[in-house]
Amino acid sequence: MPFADAKQDDTLRSWGLQPLPAPQTPVSIRSRHATLPRSPDKTMLPRGLGRSYGDVCLNGDGLLLMTDPLDRWISFDPLTGILQCEAGVSLDAILKLAVPRGWFPSVTPGTRFVSVGGAIANDVHGKNHHRAGTFGAHVRGFELLRSDGARQWCSRTSHADRFRATIGGLGLTGLITWAELQLQPIHNPMMDTEDLRMDGLSAFFDLADESDAHWDYTVAWVDGLASGEKLGSGIFMRGNHARPDDATPTTKKLRKPVEVPLHAPDFALNRHSIRLLNFMQDLKLRGDRQQKQIHFAPFFYPLDGVGGWNKLYGRRGFFQYQFVVPRSGQQSPVRDILRTLSESDESVFLAVLKCFGDAPPEGLLSFPRPGVTLALDFPNRGDSTLNLMKELDEIVFSNGGALYPAKDARMSPDHFRRGFPALDLFQTHIDPAFSSDFARRVEAIPPRNPS
Amino acid sequence: MNQNLPPSVLIFGITSAMAEHTARKFAADGCKIAIAGRNQARVHDIAEDLRVRGAAAIHELPAFDARKPDTLAPCVAAGFEALGQVDIVLIAHGSLPDQDRCAADIDTAISEMEINFLSVLRLCTDIANRLEALEKPATLGVISSVAGLRGRQSNYLYGSAKGGLNVFLQGLRNRMQPHGIRVVTLLPGFVDSPMTADIEKGPLFVSAEKAGACIHRALVRSAGDIAYIPFFWRWIMLVIRLIPEPLFKRLKL
Ligand SMILES: Cc1cc2nc3c(=O)[nH]c(=O)nc-3n(C[C@H](O)[C@H](O)[C@H](O)COP(=O)(O)OP(=O)(O)OC[C@H]3O[C@@H](n4cnc5c(N)ncnc54)[C@H](O)[C@@H]3O)c2cc1C
Repeated sequence: MPFADAKQDDTLRSWGLQPLPAPQTPVSIRSRHATLPRSPDKTMLPRGLGRSYGDVCLNGDGLLLMTDPLDRWISFDPLTGILQCEAGVSLDAILKLAVPRGWFPSVTPGTRFVSVGGAIANDVHGKNHHRAGTFGAHVRGFELLRSDGARQWCSRTSHADRFRATIGGLGLTGLITWAELQLQPIHNPMMDTEDLRMDGLSAFFDLADESDAHWDYTVAWVDGLASGEKLGSGIFMRGNHARPDDATPTTKKLRKPVEVPLHAPDFALNRHSIRLLNFMQDLKLRGDRQQKQIHFAPFFYPLDGVGGWNKLYGRRGFFQYQFVVPRSGQQSPVRDILRTLSESDESVFLAVLKCFGDAPPEGLLSFPRPGVTLALDFPNRGDSTLNLMKELDEIVFSNGGALYPAKDARMSPDHFRRGFPALDLFQTHIDPAFSSDFARRVEAIPPRNPS
Repeated sequence: MNQNLPPSVLIFGITSAMAEHTARKFAADGCKIAIAGRNQARVHDIAEDLRVRGAAAIHELPAFDARKPDTLAPCVAAGFEALGQVDIVLIAHGSLPDQDRCAADIDTAISEMEINFLSVLRLCTDIANRLEALEKPATLGVISSVAGLRGRQSNYLYGSAKGGLNVFLQGLRNRMQPHGIRVVTLLPGFVDSPMTADIEKGPLFVSAEKAGACIHRALVRSAGDIAYIPFFWRWIMLVIRLIPEPLFKRLKL
């Protein structure tokens, strides 16, 4: 198994601490005008904030183009909400700049510690996918730097094919140096939210359909341990940016997360501690419906308060398993997946369920597509965890589904090809000097002959 | 400082990571900022960035090169002209020479002296005279280094440039005191920046962002004359300076 054993260095790993890369050479990109390093015998891969769980942000035996120095603004127009910034700028920085001026990222994933480059390269989605589509849908353009030194301004009207290949392009088409984004207007930092208890999967689909028209953000937390009658029970959460008139003004500052200093002992998150967490979440929700106005940070980024929470899973790390399947009536494959989970011995800490909207995918390899997506966290317990995921694969792929590369550390080349039918077209855009552990593993790049 | 107008800040060596992060703080305060550096394209990138961060105005001054004395005066003149009133000046440029090369080749050593000491002396003299003539309270901050507090075999050329600078600033402070002009000696320890890219990072390193925040505080909020960046270097250097020379000369530092 190429996966991490218990004692390894943490720097330059991925968020799931899985798999363990061969030694990588970081190279800082100090300026957006700089040229790429010349390295005839090593491949390169852009690196953002390393928030991808698996190996799309790893390049063993190769170079990592570190984009953290690319943290400058270029322009921001507070009248139109159009922002130009370098690719290493984080969503956290964008929030700090834009929220006080009445603007918000049009799409945000569940952590604000991602870079603009990383958000484009995984074409990330948020709780508003059903209304707003993916991050890429709000990218007006970006500059792409290729290993031959060419700089291309890519947009819907210029190098449009390269633009579509790079959105969701997993860092393989070149280095995004800077980008132009469209933000969305807000009136204040508050969110009007509603939490609803759902007692099963059909309640989820009903609530999702009912919420589509009036709620910008929807998502559900499912109790992965519930079984039988309670299968698919959990909490459905929905929210809108607060209107101007009814917000309680707050000047809450985005705080630095409290850091988890060390790896937790491996037993810290076992089945019992997880039950406890699910239970506590449930308790918070007294009654069947709770309405409240809260700051955007706990609404969008419940996990960001604790930096390095991934280390709570112990040194062996953990897997995320996120798939999308078409919605085929109420007998969704999601039901089979949840049943398989509840019958297994593995513990699921977080099970996050969401219906995607019908917007056509923005990039050639974009993961979001019409259907329903479920994200699961598994502590790495070795073979039994891998075997369970194999079982889940059966259900996902027999229903025409796909797995999310940003969260994946183990899907097969065949599964990748089946989930991403535009792969052949995409391959014509890959920069020959770029590669990643992910690309080699799923054979997005044909294996090289060792020379 | 006039309470009604945004403070005016003049920064030399803006492309140093510490200076850039300090400037970001001034920009967020809504200051008027004039910036100068060696590489005009990078100065321009920083100017755009500072504008978005909230600077009331940004002036890009003509390029200056610390090794070319005649590029300094025009840059200072342009800065004072652009800003009119000058409240805060920060001098931040410098280079970290390779001690072995300086020991082997005197021309390298002299050129490093020019960058780290003589050019700063030229700038400070010009600036001090101008500030004096403006007859308004102001602050002049200069980035020196803890390396200037005691000579060590591993970088005494750099250390002696900064040591000379420290004494120069002491004298200048003394002279400017009656005019209400503060001279602040900024003494960073290890800062993680492109200048130290080749040095292995230890626990005493701080980020350029953190150093910038310390410098901003030293120039704006505190009243001290000498600021250690960050504070703990005061205690480390106290210990280092207390070691008797007969013992110190035997240490491998
Ligand atoms: C707590 C948590 C919650 C999350 N929630 C969501 C969610 O709700 N929805 C979702 O979609 N994702 C989610 N994610 C995943 C995360 O949003 C993505 O993995 C994101 O791409 C990470 O960005 P990054 O800057 O860390 O990029 P990295 O992980 O460092 O890199 C990701 C990819 O982007 C490429 N890349 C980075 N910078 C550039 C560049 N400048 N030019 C070209 N390519 C580049 C890399 O090569 C790599 O292929 C979550 C992750 C965490 C940890």
